[in-house]
Amino acid sequence: MSISKAEVAKVAHLARLAIPEERLEGYTHTISDILDLVAQMNAVNTDGIEPLSNPLDAVQLLREDKVTETNQREVYQSIAPRVEEGLYLVPKVIE
Amino acid sequence: MTLATQDDLSTLTSKELHQLIINKDVSVMEVVELFLKRIEHYNPQLNAYITVVQDKAREQAIKVDNQIRQGELNHPLAGVPYALKDLFCTKGILTSCGSKMLSNFISPYNATVYDKLNDAGAVLLGKVNMDEFAMGSSNENSYYGAVANPWDLSRIPGGSSGGSASAVAAGLAPYSLGSDTGGSVRQPASYCGISSIKPTYGRISRYGMTAYASSLDQCGPMARSAEDMAVILQTISGFDERDSTSANVPVPNYSATLNESLAGLRIGIPKEFFANGLDASVAKVIQEAVQKFTQLGATVKEVSLPNSHLSVAAYYVIAPAEASANLSRFDGVRFGYSCNDPKNLQDLYERSRWEGFGDEVKRRIVVGTYALSSGYYDAYYLKAQKIRRLIKNDFVAVFNEVDVLMGPVTPTTAFKIGEKSDDPIAMYLSDIYTLPISLAGVPAVSIPVGFSEGLPVGLQIIGDYFNEAKLLNVAHQYQQVTDWHRQTPSQFSGV
Repeated sequence: MSISKAEVAKVAHLARLAIPEERLEGYTHTISDILDLVAQMNAVNTDGIEPLSNPLDAVQLLREDKVTETNQREVYQSIAPRVEEGLYLVPKVIE
Repeated sequence: MTLATQDDLSTLTSKELHQLIINKDVSVMEVVELFLKRIEHYNPQLNAYITVVQDKAREQAIKVDNQIRQGELNHPLAGVPYALKDLFCTKGILTSCGSKMLSNFISPYNATVYDKLNDAGAVLLGKVNMDEFAMGSSNENSYYGAVANPWDLSRIPGGSSGGSASAVAAGLAPYSLGSDTGGSVRQPASYCGISSIKPTYGRISRYGMTAYASSLDQCGPMARSAEDMAVILQTISGFDERDSTSANVPVPNYSATLNESLAGLRIGIPKEFFANGLDASVAKVIQEAVQKFTQLGATVKEVSLPNSHLSVAAYYVIAPAEASANLSRFDGVRFGYSCNDPKNLQDLYERSRWEGFGDEVKRRIVVGTYALSSGYYDAYYLKAQKIRRLIKNDFVAVFNEVDVLMGPVTPTTAFKIGEKSDDPIAMYLSDIYTLPISLAGVPAVSIPVGFSEGLPVGLQIIGDYFNEAKLLNVAHQYQQVTDWHRQTPSQFSGV
């Protein structure tokens, strides 16, 4: 196994996924297989190679700093699971 | 309109349908009603559509019929119906991405491509099935269930744009827009015997196209002919200030160059695409297709893409890494699925995401999060990006020698539903011929060039950056002297 159950549980938590204990074994197995597959990369010498993050090597565009968007709070909140008086509701954070 | 005419309409190209409308042989409403009737009749067998928008389609049909009659609209797609993969945002219409997470998501805005097609007078029939968040090669990863291949209902249509390919092949839409991150329009088009194009990265605005892997995602037309794809691509391409990665490069008139001669065309055959793993009968069909191009005046030589075998490894780091970032927006708070009775904020996030996403999506989120996590970034994400550079350099070098590359789209024809669903690695490896193109960001078309045991085989034609015009010209010339693209599965004829 290229990754342990404990590591998968830790990463799942980082990704905010509530993985149940009984699924951990299966996930660890498949993810381990995927990591074995990508380990092919290690055989290649990439010293001095510039990483490619955009296939066109494009740089981030900048636009003039002016207001272009209008407030659409009501539209966006109309599809939210829980809203009250224009605010998104979440469980109590501070006791 | 006689029943015989109706039979024919569902197999026509967009260009032919538009011509009938302009000639007043048929109204837009009649065309739309025919497709709605066919969807009602055949979709239960195929599961290609997630949502059918009958009312909106009829509303647009009336409007477009009027505009055409008044001479206010003469766009070549005016009146022609189509389907959108269910990851394009459509205001007021469910945009599910094939996921439970978005099974209640009525988009509050439109994707740029949808706006452009509306302006052209195109008529949306509905939203079609897909692998969840475009992650998959078989359309089996959809919350809305698997999709059948119209050539053999026990087989997958390919993925992730499986609903698009199935709908077009069965005559439930003349064309569809899919999206391609690692092969997701080319592979299903190949399995279903239709044409598709994955344009250069940045050619089409991604605004409103739900993101999977942002440095790879590109919208792609799926249609009945290269000629149709030229018109569709023309309509939806171009710079969009709402997508900072859309390319500010002029859009040529793709239809104008379709008829250029192929005499002297230099075709490269990447030897790596014909190595171990390629089904012998698929190889034979591909070789016959290449032969046809030599009869049209092209020359053929073997070339090499020496790093292409690393594509699967690099892709399955880069795509999951970017997906893990993109999918972090689903928090159970602002939109989409939210779990019942969350105990606290942490529980709200973790259970909404666990319950809302399917297994393949969660696997990729975990892999991606791992690859980006502290201490592993250099070994995985950075390493994969360096390999991506090597893969791109292979293409840059080879296009100094040849005009286009040709090879198979997939190692085999469509496989059985369930055959690979428990083996993600086997599924990943079936993308071996499409991934290098996606990583390099170059354009490629996939066109039907024959059958193997009754199942369609697709040829992939790959071009240099922003040279979609050449690819469409090459595909069109082939389609002028062959009729593979006009073959349709007989069990879906008539209504």
